[in-house]
Amino acid sequence: MSVDLSQFIPTFLEESFEGLALMESRLLSLEVDDNESIHSIFRAAHSIKGGAGTFGFENVTEFTHLVETLLDEMRDGRRVIASADVELLLDSVDCIRLLIESARDQSDYDEAKVAQTSEALTKTLSQGASASDVESSPAPGGEVEQKAAQWQISFIPSHHLVKTGNDPLLLFNALADLGPLEISAQASELPSLLDMDPQELYLSWRLLLTSAASEDEIREVFEWVEDECQLELVQLEPEREIKQDKGNSNSQAEEATSGAEIAAEKPAGPVTAPCSDKSPEKKPEKSQVKNKQDAGSIRVGVDKVDNLINLVGELVITQSMLSELGNDFELSKLERLTSGLEQLLQNTKELQESVMRIRMLPISFAFNRFPRLVHDLSKKTGKAIELVIHGEQTELDKTVMEQIGDPLVHLVRNAVDHGIEPADVRLAKGKPEQGMIKLDAYHLGGNIVIEINDDGGGINKQAVLDKAIDKGLVEAGSNLSESQIFDLIFEPGFSTAKELSDISGRGVGMDVVKKNIQSLGGRIQVESAQDKGSTFRVNLPLTLAILDGQLVRVGSETYVIPLIAIVESLQAKGELINRVSGDMLLYRLREDNVPVLPIYQLFSLPADTTEVENSLLVVVEADGQKVGLMVDDLLAQQQVVIKSLKDNYQQVDGISGATILGDGSVAMILDIPGMIQLAMKSAQKNQAQHYSANVLAGETV
Amino acid sequence: MNIQELTEDVPRVGDNDIESIDFITSGEQYLTFILEQEQYAVDILCVEEIRSWEPPTKIPNSPEYVKGVINMRGIIVPILDLRLKFNIGQPSYTEVTVVIVLTLESEQHSRTIGFVVDAVSDVLNADESDIKKAPAFGGCVPQHYVEGLVNVGDNVVTLLNVQSLQALEPHQLN
Repeated sequence: MSVDLSQFIPTFLEESFEGLALMESRLLSLEVDDNESIHSIFRAAHSIKGGAGTFGFENVTEFTHLVETLLDEMRDGRRVIASADVELLLDSVDCIRLLIESARDQSDYDEAKVAQTSEALTKTLSQGASASDVESSPAPGGEVEQKAAQWQISFIPSHHLVKTGNDPLLLFNALADLGPLEISAQASELPSLLDMDPQELYLSWRLLLTSAASEDEIREVFEWVEDECQLELVQLEPEREIKQDKGNSNSQAEEATSGAEIAAEKPAGPVTAPCSDKSPEKKPEKSQVKNKQDAGSIRVGVDKVDNLINLVGELVITQSMLSELGNDFELSKLERLTSGLEQLLQNTKELQESVMRIRMLPISFAFNRFPRLVHDLSKKTGKAIELVIHGEQTELDKTVMEQIGDPLVHLVRNAVDHGIEPADVRLAKGKPEQGMIKLDAYHLGGNIVIEINDDGGGINKQAVLDKAIDKGLVEAGSNLSESQIFDLIFEPGFSTAKELSDISGRGVGMDVVKKNIQSLGGRIQVESAQDKGSTFRVNLPLTLAILDGQLVRVGSETYVIPLIAIVESLQAKGELINRVSGDMLLYRLREDNVPVLPIYQLFSLPADTTEVENSLLVVVEADGQKVGLMVDDLLAQQQVVIKSLKDNYQQVDGISGATILGDGSVAMILDIPGMIQLAMKSAQKNQAQHYSANVLAGETV
Repeated sequence: MNIQELTEDVPRVGDNDIESIDFITSGEQYLTFILEQEQYAVDILCVEEIRSWEPPTKIPNSPEYVKGVINMRGIIVPILDLRLKFNIGQPSYTEVTVVIVLTLESEQHSRTIGFVVDAVSDVLNADESDIKKAPAFGGCVPQHYVEGLVNVGDNVVTLLNVQSLQALEPHQLN
């Protein structure tokens, strides 16, 4: 009987990346007396090693074995945890990740780095154990010196144990490595020769092990057959105290001594939930994060799936009710029909929401890389920095999450590099030596706001302005508001850093950050106060699939304007319209002069109204530029599901997608920044009105 | 619009009863259709469905032969007019105008596009050896759209290359 192991590889990879993320985050928050963390780091490393061995990723096994050995020494208290070791382990996590990624993609990896780290590990291992042995360093967590104890193990395998490829003999060999072992087999269940299935296992064993090994270590031997057996462990001569710091795993073990323990850990399927019936030690791993690259699957809480199933159930009931009504319909049943349809509407709405929620992940998936990033950066820059994260449970669409990661990394890097001052400067300013970066995520209306706040030097307004004048972005002597000045840092090629550093300024500027955020339909704002720090506020839609839209009519066509872009809608008054430079129409909106964009002209459509006087203007804003879109009629406001035009057709200037309206017809969704650019392009085409192009383009020229 | 009438008027593949079509013949099967009295054909495996004309939603600033997009069971499908694309006469759109929806699977993704034609006529079986190279003598249909010619009785059917039909010219600003 052969099993195709390769089908489990994706699961292994996913779990390994989770394990690595767990190791990383635990390592970063590791304190000296933190046995719980060391244990979970060890467990993560151990299961990666085990899995890698099963699937034949030998370099992973080999490397992880070194890591495991080091962790084992820490776990047993044979090694005091030094910060150098933590750094080394962090590097090792990187290496394991590299190795696993290369195994997944069948690509090359940075062999030099792996070799270097593995050398460092070997070196540490060879020095460490002797340098700090048991006597000289009391074990953390009040562990007592280990003496040999006698363990009675009752091992009752299930009948099909051998079919899963496990051999009790190998287990016993492994146990014998721990100490002298006596084995007695019990054949009471052995059936008569006629009834016996040669592929089944009818024996059970009673083992007597004398070993200094801890209960965990003994259980570890049985790790792969946990699900396939009943295992009892009784310590016969409790010569040493049971470790007090074992926490959950220990209490669990104590329970197990009174009765047969059924393994609580089940293999994780593609759908796993942080639900409470899992063994407690597994819990921290559940909230951990999956690597960004394996975008193919999504882990969803079982509660979300349950909810979905319930809703589908209700939908089916409503459907059958409606179809029964339809079979022989009389007018007297009209009321029931109406209420049935209402129910259908409700069901559909809830179903839609639930389905959307499946794509929603807590933003910790994007935030979890920052502790490591800030840790590394603060090492590199020599600045002490504390990272505070708030609101990491705020949920966000997976697609948005994936695309917001890089811009956020850039912003955090900037905060470390440009924001936080070196310690001496901070002290001179009377600030605490340690800088602080705050990440915060929260919901605001139908949007999510992510704030990156630092308590550093703030943006030097004058420097920004000088630079902008220098680059010809702004004319000398022009009077800009604070926010206008701060917006200048999003201009291409704009950097106030005096010299390019290793951390930021590697060609990717704030303009790219802004562009990425805008491509997600979001906005970014800056607030800054000299010597107090800066806040970058990113405003994003919750999802890319649904949008709140204002339906408008132009001629016979219906368009959707994203509500987020709309400033206001108004009836144009003739006296507020100014015709400048021949053809350019400006509408005086209080103090602003808003260029009027006739949609019918831009899209070459027939329209009802072609004169701005008395027409309807929808004032929208993009890139800090307001324009008034001329429409014939304002229709309803509604949520629309965004469908791609690109899938079957192609990108269309000024259109971000299409949607299907209630009557089944298709409506185009306007891409406001795209439309402004389109208008600018066509204005530039009519170069005769050079000035009008300048007005539209505003300061971005 | 009376659906009943409509379905009677639209020539369908299914109008031929099962016995008259030899499904077991060798070679590929092609769906033939009529454009301005001429017969054309496309690989039948690419045909997603045959629909009647419905006014699509316009795409701003698109070429004239792109009539717009329709909603096909939740998918946004662009509708192209083959007569306009090939420059063979002016179309008129009535309730009996036919749209052939073709799906072409490629490695990256599949693309679904509808093409407006005059009428669908028949299913054609053609061996590879039956397909003759089209002579390069002008004509309105650009050469790269033509896969070959097939003789059917006294008539000649132009086989169109679905791959190049699906290739869209980049969107141009007018």
